[in-house]
Amino acid sequence: MLSRLAESLFWIGRHVERAEDTSRILDVHLSLLLEDPWAPENVVCASLLSAMGRDVTEGVRTQDVLDMLAWDREDPASVIGSLGAARENARRSREVISTELWESINVTWHDATRVVRRSRPHSFFTWVRERAAAFTGTADATISRDDVWQFLVLGRSIERADMTARLVAARALSGSVGPSWVTLLQSCGAYQAFLRSARGAVEDSRAMEFLLLDPLFPRSLISALLTAEKCLDELDRSGNNGLRHGRAGEASRALGMIRSELEFAPTSELFADVYEVMERVQAACSLCSDAVTRRYFPRDTVTNWLVS
Amino acid sequence: MFDDYGAGAAAWDEMVDAAGSIRAPYRPLAESMRTYGVSELKASVDSLARGYLDQGVTFDIGGEERPFPLDIVPRVIDDTAWQKIELGVKQRVKALEAFLADVYGPAHCVADGVIPRNIITTSKNFHRQAFGIEPANGVRVHVAGIDLIRDEQGEFRVLEDNVRVPSGVSYVLANRNAMHQPWADTITGMRLRPVSQYPQRLLAALRRAAPQGASNPRVVVLTPGVFNSAYFEHAWLARAMGVELVEGRDLVCSAGIVRMRDTSGERRVDVIYRRVYDEYLDPVQFRADSMLGCPGLLTAARAGNVTIANAIGNGVADDKLIYTYLPDLIRYYLSEEVVLPNVDTWRLEDPGALEEVLDRLAELVVKPVDGAGGKGLVIGPQASSKELDVLRARLSADPRGWIAQPVVQLSTVPTLIGDQLAPRHVDLRPFAVNDGNDVWVLPGGLTRVALPQGSLVVNSSQGGGSKDTWVLAGEQPQSPAGPAVTTKAVDTKAVDTKAVERKPLGRPDHHPAGELVQQQQQQQQQGGPPC
Repeated sequence: MLSRLAESLFWIGRHVERAEDTSRILDVHLSLLLEDPWAPENVVCASLLSAMGRDVTEGVRTQDVLDMLAWDREDPASVIGSLGAARENARRSREVISTELWESINVTWHDATRVVRRSRPHSFFTWVRERAAAFTGTADATISRDDVWQFLVLGRSIERADMTARLVAARALSGSVGPSWVTLLQSCGAYQAFLRSARGAVEDSRAMEFLLLDPLFPRSLISALLTAEKCLDELDRSGNNGLRHGRAGEASRALGMIRSELEFAPTSELFADVYEVMERVQAACSLCSDAVTRRYFPRDTVTNWLVS
Repeated sequence: MFDDYGAGAAAWDEMVDAAGSIRAPYRPLAESMRTYGVSELKASVDSLARGYLDQGVTFDIGGEERPFPLDIVPRVIDDTAWQKIELGVKQRVKALEAFLADVYGPAHCVADGVIPRNIITTSKNFHRQAFGIEPANGVRVHVAGIDLIRDEQGEFRVLEDNVRVPSGVSYVLANRNAMHQPWADTITGMRLRPVSQYPQRLLAALRRAAPQGASNPRVVVLTPGVFNSAYFEHAWLARAMGVELVEGRDLVCSAGIVRMRDTSGERRVDVIYRRVYDEYLDPVQFRADSMLGCPGLLTAARAGNVTIANAIGNGVADDKLIYTYLPDLIRYYLSEEVVLPNVDTWRLEDPGALEEVLDRLAELVVKPVDGAGGKGLVIGPQASSKELDVLRARLSADPRGWIAQPVVQLSTVPTLIGDQLAPRHVDLRPFAVNDGNDVWVLPGGLTRVALPQGSLVVNSSQGGGSKDTWVLAGEQPQSPAGPAVTTKAVDTKAVDTKAVERKPLGRPDHHPAGELVQQQQQQQQQGGPPC
């Protein structure tokens, strides 16, 4: 497969997941401000912006957060911007993705510009979640499990790990005034799964453990990391015609090391410095993304013609 | 918007006072309503109904699935009024607990002459089968729904107690969720007490009620089945608590132990939150033809191997004749003055009472003592003379079975009817959860509204609607009423102080080829240089 196409697929995966996860995170913070009469708006908003890697200004309000993280069309890290970027990448790889998948993304983008009703952010976020699910379902049903699939899922999984880390970091930053762990789990659609697994013993530590380490729940941090690693393995193997499987590449190493840390660190330690750990998870995701880019999508080195 | 609202003179309108100005707690809301205008409100009503259909928040009328009726205008209760209600409901529940423990035990209240023995023993819901069942943590009323009304002077009064299987709490939470959308800014501005922690409070209370020795007690919700009109609530509660929803046939009792059948065999059950009435619970003890319960359940409960919540026999406390003794019982058991008064009530067996009531029947409300959901209730001024004749005969034949009350004009709240706001009568059902240490009252509760003009019957089975109930938060309490989740591992204080010093996380990764894409786009838009 052409590097250029592989790169597009990787970024389609990332952008669609980013749109969905950002919607989930924003939705949860909106409902927190509605539900908790004593939540200080500026602290909650500042923590959120900080965890999403944006500059925090004094006295930031919900509307500013939405403007930056949801509505900004120019920024490929906002919800709308991500949808646009996903669509742009899909347009460049139409020959390898199925028509249905292309249409799913294209329709989403066109509708997004139309359905944006800034007065009803909650319904917009719900809609983004549904469209992302439609995209994932269509991809699942119409793409062969070859390299196209691996790059798509790789992008999605790295993004998911990155975003989950940010969600947890936001909670660590805002501390007791931020969303409860219950709210966090809800934002990942994990609350009911957690309740059933915990059988009523709902404690913060258990909730965090579930979100970070549950091996069965597909949106847990560890599941995302494992999936990404599996994709890297598969790509490695197909690149070597399945003959050899040598030392792990740079990308796998970044993910493998942080995963081991999560798996083997005593839970109490993990909880004590959760922000630092999430910082490292996020850094590892970036590292991995860079490594994948260098290995599979080499940039064309600029040719300089020397005229003597 | 409120110019031609026309609050009735007789009833207390909660939003507009007698002079026609908006009462203080409602002012921000009224402001938002004026900004939106009626047409916007009407559009929101449609989307509320559609949302409820999509989520399955429905109830059946004649086999047709309808969205649960929710009015767009919420009811607002200020902090002071709420604190009194909270206090009064707690007091009521504590007194009811003491009364139940007493009548299914030593019966001191009878010996001390507070309440006549025959009143208790003639109650249809006084079950001798409940003797000897000792609840593990002393709680019989795990969940209570105390129905309140607000009279012509604006005072809250208790209309009836529900300590059997009070329902409707799922609608309180669903209503709040639905209201988040149309009223987002208003809610943020007004600061409301949250309701979302109810399922966790209930689960915690149920786990505490487990028989001794159960280290990780298994709680289940017992439903009569999918055809029950409150099935939505049963499923919702089970899901929100993360516990199993079972029917009678999923349970099996042997050797005094209750188990449920699942794919990995039989698992022991410790606490049953049952939404099945006493009479159907155990065919060995009650109705032998019941398919809804499980034979042997009471034996297991009596052996102390399973907790049934709410306890069996609680119905005696719901009896409307016993309700008239509640103020005395509160003074007797708690040595406290009554916080929330009853509605004045005639006991028909008192000397001269029956004659007076029969004489004034056309101006009174008459209710059967064991009716629920407004069943059998007759409102004198709205009844035909033929109906009153039938009623007279029934009252004379069975004075123990009925009570009479003056017609109380329930308070009104503006409600969107068609294209305009009109005053409609409301009541309030706050829900209380007793975990054995403390009685917790869910802020607000279910406000039911009688939709036909002038109607005083709010039951949803008889065309009633509902409103979201907003309790204003007031000052932050010392221990915030946040979700009932304990903070163990995370030292939030330490995290708080660290938050300032932390540097933000990196920006989300950037697609390196992104600029190229933009450049290409720009080129295409500009059309490129002409060839």
